[in-house]
Amino acid sequence: MNILKQAKFFWTSIVLAIVFSVIMQFLITGGTLNQFYVNTLFFIGINIILATSLHLIIGITGQFSIGHAGFLAVGAYASAIMTMKLGLPFPVAILVGGLAAAVAGLIIGIPTLRLKGDYLAIATLGFGEIVRIVFLNIDYVGGASGMTVSHLTTWPWLVACVVLTVVVIANFTNSTHGRACISIRENEIAADAMGINTTFYKVTAFAIGAFFAGIAGALYAHNFYIIQPTNFGFLKSFDILIFVVLGGLGSMSGAVIAAILLTIISTYLSSYPEVRMVIYSLVLITMMLFRPQGLLGTREITSFFKAGKTAKGGVQHDDKKTVA
Amino acid sequence: MTTKKQLLKVENAGIRFGGLKAVSDVNLELKQGELVGLIGPNGAGKTTFFNLLTGVYVPTEGSISLDGEKLNGQAPYKITKKGISRTFQNIRLFSELSVLDNVKVAYHSLAKHSMLSSIFRLPSHFSGEKEMEEKAIEFLKIFNLEKSMHEKAKNLPYGQQRRLEIARALAANPKLLLLDEPAAGMNPQETEELMNLIALIRERFSLTILLIEHDMLLVMGVCERIYVLDHGQLIADGTPEQIRNNPKVIEAYLGEEVS
Repeated sequence: MNILKQAKFFWTSIVLAIVFSVIMQFLITGGTLNQFYVNTLFFIGINIILATSLHLIIGITGQFSIGHAGFLAVGAYASAIMTMKLGLPFPVAILVGGLAAAVAGLIIGIPTLRLKGDYLAIATLGFGEIVRIVFLNIDYVGGASGMTVSHLTTWPWLVACVVLTVVVIANFTNSTHGRACISIRENEIAADAMGINTTFYKVTAFAIGAFFAGIAGALYAHNFYIIQPTNFGFLKSFDILIFVVLGGLGSMSGAVIAAILLTIISTYLSSYPEVRMVIYSLVLITMMLFRPQGLLGTREITSFFKAGKTAKGGVQHDDKKTVA
Repeated sequence: MTTKKQLLKVENAGIRFGGLKAVSDVNLELKQGELVGLIGPNGAGKTTFFNLLTGVYVPTEGSISLDGEKLNGQAPYKITKKGISRTFQNIRLFSELSVLDNVKVAYHSLAKHSMLSSIFRLPSHFSGEKEMEEKAIEFLKIFNLEKSMHEKAKNLPYGQQRRLEIARALAANPKLLLLDEPAAGMNPQETEELMNLIALIRERFSLTILLIEHDMLLVMGVCERIYVLDHGQLIADGTPEQIRNNPKVIEAYLGEEVS
């Protein structure tokens, strides 16, 4: 019965997403939305992919990784090489971008996931910087001056990728494999003792997260006409991290909502460059003071609609949890 | 009784951390269906010994085998799959997960559906998850926890958290269950309920149980045989009656008599 409900909810969401995207497509092609809004919309889509992919690594598996921009960069450059240098079609470039980032995720994940907490954070931060420096020094991809990429990211591709990311990560999370990852976050020793192959699941979550970050990279590269190594510095990693933390660690809908809100805020603030970072920081500080567990805590947005069920489940003790 | 099969065999097992011999030269045998106690003063190495059995530590000497298969050096999750499951001295539940999900996690290694089937929501995902849920609820019913199955594990009262930990360990389908101080922090009534519960699960799942306990009433009451560990070495083994009168054991617990 529960499962049937789940399936129904799933298909309703998919249909709603398609209806929404078709309407938006008409608004974009009809010229009702001006270019500024369209750009913001594309930004939001890319950031949703980044936020949900990092959510899987940090929020679900509990591995504190802050080198996500590294995977974004790998995906962006790999896909740009596919379209610009090799002349392959865009869908292939998206796939290659994702796969290249996933391979990078495996290479970095297998040795570093033995580390815990702060050490893992430092190692992944280092990884992000290494990726940036490497691209900075490869002349084939333009070095510091960057690489020009044609604008190929279209609304349907963006929506398809966002939906795919959200569906895959949600389905993964709501299965025994996702529970295995959550059990690692909750208590790694106990997870191990309960027969969970912790290394396998940590690396898998890392690779899936990296894959989607790479897809976001492909969309990103083909949206901005030019990619430069400076776009993928550690500040970009922190931007993504903030989506996840602000949305509530462990809540995918929280990460999505935070990605949408923060993208809108920072886009609007770009008209006031002097005070932009000040206001942005103030928003974050206020948020952390009044709601340290993030927008949704560990809950999902759907749980707010099942009022009867949660009431039965007893009082929700949303412990104030902060990171680092 | 003599026909009972040998399940666990530990030969001269030990571990040293640098120059410290935490456990050494332990020889221990468990037969199928036995309920055996492991006691000893604080710091005797009981939990370290459990960690050796479950693969958290790799023994530096000796061998451990289950059903004739050597376990030395295997990863903890593999040992769990082979049939040794445990609870912890300080409760280690997945506190943000629901009671039901805690049990489901333990059932994970027996799941039949693959990761891809879950991601693409193939029929095998639904049947697999359904089977898991049914099994998990079945376990919770035995432990009288089905009423609170949707609560977060951390919101359960202490005694129920201990019971949930045992339920979770059982869901991993073990042949040998290791209980690390299951009665710690329980009042006499809860301890008695626990004793009944242990007897019940042992019969129902035809389990072999090795338990560490400080509550002598419980140990002497339920265990058929008892091993005594002190300073990392076995100093005695035998029936509760023999242990109670063993001078070495009395010495380890109470000190030497002044002459």
